[in-house]
Amino acid sequence: MSEAITKQQKRGQPIRNVNIGDITMNYRQPPSAIVSILHRISGFGMFLMLPFLLYLLQESLRSEISFAHFAGIVDNLFVKVILLGLSWAYLHHFTAGIRHLFMDNHLALDKDAAQKTARWVLVISLALTVVVGLKLFGVF
Amino acid sequence: MASKNNIGQRRLVVGAHYGVRDWLAQRVTAILMVVYTVILLGTFLTAQNFTYEGWASLFSRQWFKLFSAVTFFGLFYHVWVGLRDIWMDYVKNAGIKLFLQCATVLALLAYAVWTVQILWSV
Repeated sequence: MSEAITKQQKRGQPIRNVNIGDITMNYRQPPSAIVSILHRISGFGMFLMLPFLLYLLQESLRSEISFAHFAGIVDNLFVKVILLGLSWAYLHHFTAGIRHLFMDNHLALDKDAAQKTARWVLVISLALTVVVGLKLFGVF
Repeated sequence: MASKNNIGQRRLVVGAHYGVRDWLAQRVTAILMVVYTVILLGTFLTAQNFTYEGWASLFSRQWFKLFSAVTFFGLFYHVWVGLRDIWMDYVKNAGIKLFLQCATVLALLAYAVWTVQILWSV
């Protein structure tokens, strides 16, 4: 048993497990933890949206008429915002995944380096999302 | 796995090896998707006017159809590994977990067939 818990016991404080409230509100999460949970959330979100994305791919490819239909769907502002969200999800999952591949090869495994690369994942994925978003909304 | 070696330090405590197999499959499919993503993202960002001709001509080539199909199958396997982890981590009830895992596999199989249909419709 760790020293902190023994002290806690001596003071008569009850011992309990860390719960979801502690994780979300009481403790400040390091960048690596934020990247990790976002990796999971983005992956799950993309899984839920897979049928919609396959439907868009189908409409974009089947024929010239279906392509016009696809263009009409994508022209909708609400759909564009969803696609922007999915672009972020993909790009975050993508950059965080590349970080995983580096760590699998024992690169940047120590505490400081891991936090640094986690920050870079957040920055790079957001920057790439901005570029995709500008293209999506027709800026270039 | 010779059973005479299955003792002491060499004792085999797991048999299926699906843990390391899925871990490796997740990495291999990830690298495949990185390559595919770079090609498609490059096409998307450099395209000047997005027309059916340009888009469909990329997908009408046989090598790109096969490349796309293999990448999508890899994607679905990758999704299976990730979703299985999520169900295992958060769903405690064995019956509900089994149901969700089966539903995930069936959905992904359907998506795989649908993908083939989409890719060969061009």
